[in-house]
Amino acid sequence: MTQVSMTVNGKAVSGEVEGRTLLSGFLRDSLNLTGTHVGCDTSQCGACVVHVDGVAVKACAMLAGEAEGAEVTTIEGMAKPDGSLSTIQQAFQDHHGLQCGFCTPGMVMSAAALLQDNPNPSETEIREYLEGNICRCTGYHNIVKAIMAAAGQDVSKIAAE
Amino acid sequence: MPKDGGIGASSKRREDVRFLTGRGRYTDDININNQTYVHFLRSDVAHATIKGIDTSSADAMPGVVRIFTGADFEGIGSIPCGWQVTDRHGEPMQEPAHPVLAQGKVRHVGDPICAVVAESLEQARDAAEAIELDLEELPAVVDMKAAVADGSTKVHDDLTSNLCYDWGFVEENREAVDEAIKSAAHVTTLELVNNRLVANPMEPRVAVGDWNAGTDDYTLYTTSQNPHVIRLLMGAFVLGIPEHKLRVVAPDVGGGFGTKIFHYAEEAFCTFAAKQVGRPVKWTSSRSEAFMSDAHGRDHVTKIELALDADNNFTALRTETYANMGAYLSTFAPSIPTWLHGTLMAGNYKTPLIYVNVKAVFTNTVPVDAYRGAGRPEATFQLERVVDKAARELGVDPIELRRQNFITEFPYATPVAVEYDTGDYHATMDKLAEIGDLSGFEARLEESKKRGKLRGLGVNCYIEACGIAPSNLVGQLGARAGLYESATVRVNATGSISVMTGSHSHGQGHETAFPQVIAEMIGIDESQIEIVHGDTATSPMGMGTYGSRSLAVGGSAMVRAAEKVINKAKKIASHLLEASEADIELKDGQFTVAGTDKSVAWGDVTLAAYVPHNYPLEEIEPGLEETAFYDPNNFTYPSGAYCCEVEVDPDTGKVTIESFAAADDFGNIVNPMIVSGQVHGGLAQGIGQALLENCSYDENGQILSASYMDYAMPRADDVPFYEVDHSCQTPCTHNPLGVKGCGEAGAIGSPPAVVNAVVDALQRAGKDVTHIDMPLTPGKVWAAMNG
Ligand code: FES
Ligand code: FES
Repeated sequence: MTQVSMTVNGKAVSGEVEGRTLLSGFLRDSLNLTGTHVGCDTSQCGACVVHVDGVAVKACAMLAGEAEGAEVTTIEGMAKPDGSLSTIQQAFQDHHGLQCGFCTPGMVMSAAALLQDNPNPSETEIREYLEGNICRCTGYHNIVKAIMAAAGQDVSKIAAE
Repeated sequence: MPKDGGIGASSKRREDVRFLTGRGRYTDDININNQTYVHFLRSDVAHATIKGIDTSSADAMPGVVRIFTGADFEGIGSIPCGWQVTDRHGEPMQEPAHPVLAQGKVRHVGDPICAVVAESLEQARDAAEAIELDLEELPAVVDMKAAVADGSTKVHDDLTSNLCYDWGFVEENREAVDEAIKSAAHVTTLELVNNRLVANPMEPRVAVGDWNAGTDDYTLYTTSQNPHVIRLLMGAFVLGIPEHKLRVVAPDVGGGFGTKIFHYAEEAFCTFAAKQVGRPVKWTSSRSEAFMSDAHGRDHVTKIELALDADNNFTALRTETYANMGAYLSTFAPSIPTWLHGTLMAGNYKTPLIYVNVKAVFTNTVPVDAYRGAGRPEATFQLERVVDKAARELGVDPIELRRQNFITEFPYATPVAVEYDTGDYHATMDKLAEIGDLSGFEARLEESKKRGKLRGLGVNCYIEACGIAPSNLVGQLGARAGLYESATVRVNATGSISVMTGSHSHGQGHETAFPQVIAEMIGIDESQIEIVHGDTATSPMGMGTYGSRSLAVGGSAMVRAAEKVINKAKKIASHLLEASEADIELKDGQFTVAGTDKSVAWGDVTLAAYVPHNYPLEEIEPGLEETAFYDPNNFTYPSGAYCCEVEVDPDTGKVTIESFAAADDFGNIVNPMIVSGQVHGGLAQGIGQALLENCSYDENGQILSASYMDYAMPRADDVPFYEVDHSCQTPCTHNPLGVKGCGEAGAIGSPPAVVNAVVDALQRAGKDVTHIDMPLTPGKVWAAMNG
């Protein structure tokens, strides 16, 4: 067992982990931050995406030890300081970008990273960026629409109902 | 003007807030003090005799609490099957035992042999690696036709063959159908495969078993679409635990799509083992494990023949299907290729004579059961493909051929035992032409040509039977369960309402949509109403969510319970208003006396029910809480017309979906936003089946697609924005809301549209291609083009 320390959602945390403990496991099991989900074992589904030092990372593809000293943000740290939904979270609710909610934390974290790098992405850029995030419920229509809306684009022309 | 609340409003989903902030509570988020972890050692071969299991070194590994084998489950029940099909000759299906842990033999890759319970998951896994198994491999039965040929190895020694049943429907029509096909002016024949799929909800299955030594009570937390069904099946048939000592909780569930209906061995194991080790036992499936232990879907091999007269009227239809059951009978497996498939073979057409033959076959593969649509996609695919092929053979427009044969009068009794209550197939086809801009196709075709792409247009219809189902009918058909739904409407003293429903939401948005119905009935704000579900301790016995049944059956139960509540509340109001009960009206949350300005508010009446100072105690009891069970008297019949435009790259065979439009008739709609979302998701799954997804086995029964590296899930860039419309509404005539159900339509209606479009593209390019089996991967399409 080794000791790891990092900052998660602005709070200094530390814990004892085995060398093989994944960041996803550390967040879920040691810190009880169960918003980070695990949907696969081949780093394909993206349910576990978090930000490590500002970059979107699959938390199942990184050892907890590798995040030593890092600034980690999880879905639990995404709401506004007053607890209300962030622009992206609100857009997901407004445009029905989630159903069962299991892929949602990863989708929101990926979307946030995309908009940070590319504040005004095209539909194609969004779809390509989401290659690493699988959603089985929504057919992606409303996820893409929500991200466009969060970027401030007019989505009223996109078929809704 | 869109409504801002009640029935017909696109109310935003209240459940989203917890999901968007990471505060959902899924089963894997539940950890119980002092819990242990189980890892299942599963067979890595398809078929073998277990000669020996040596756990001695594993037992001594760090953290091991106990290792279980099949021997620990002697005297414990078999995982039950919930539906008994009777074959063509009146004989019951063959039904093998399905042990919790393998007894004597393993029958598919993934069959659990040992269960290692340890202090941590890592320790359980490490110890499993130290177990020494002596497996003597047997020939694997994989191909269905070979499985039922003479001399095949048997999957189950105690059965007479690998044939589960040979079902004929309607058997009395068999000869007349043969005759009609013989004498037809034209017969179109198509042989096809409906590819094996894996449902893949993004949340893998999880089970946590807990046992209380002080009370002998058990609790199972599980990823289920129907906790009461699990309690009944597992309690009564496997473990012998009476319902009052067993609580099953399915909290937030991350998608189901059918595969979380069934009772699985892992649930029984965790519940059983919790008592054996005296500590909670938790199992979390890995995705690879899910591929070899979640029930699969589809996997039919079919020959279909459509007979037409000289005027292109359909005169008869005959189909023969081999349906894979896998190695054991999953909970509803026998019903899928029969009652959920054969009864839909009329589709939208007035074909007078239909005969459906289904041979269900055991193989050394993962059990196959319901996956979104369940039987209905298989029926729709073959029917809509053969109709399309017929149109092309006859040189007539595929849409016109369909229109000519549409059922136009309702109610309509099909020759396959169901009666459609309502529908308007021309209306949905007209709507499709509009939203799919069918008249603009030629221009888009030209534009594609300029870019060197082959464009194709595929159109099809579908009908499905939802709202499953009338209990007395399904009982006659072999169901071992009733299929009603329940609801308790509990009005609190200050007027807020909790509705305990037997339906289960795992993405469908019940927590938002169900309150819209109650809000409309009473005239109070939706926020005053809360839905409670997913726990046998809080909800009345309910059958759960599948078959697009929640609103049609569960919603109806809720309406019935709410009506009882309102009737009682009117009695109280009539007392308070000193008026005759018959004159009391409820509107906008106010009880009024008709024709006067006397009124009393909802909240005052509810308060009187719980503080009955001024109250007719001699006539009615205090309190305001009612339960209703609703058993439908027919299925509901959503229908629609779908179109897809594809481009095929002539150099690579790669197919891209350029557009997809869906015009559905779901009857009345409670929340249009949620309905659209359900259709979108179904479309992506249907497009996935048509272009990408395939669960394949090699001849030794090795599963070749057991991770997302090998099983192609649709991603965001595989699909377009969809045009969906549900403004064509012929309300269901037999449920109080007039709703039909929308959960499966997208997955049922879309695969034939995609394949029809690709065949259209290739034929327009002069290729002699009449069919390609799904998934239409670039390699297959290229081979068909150049074959
Ligand atoms: S859990 Fe990390 S990508 Fe699937
Ligand atoms: S919302 Fe269920 S997987 Fe995306």
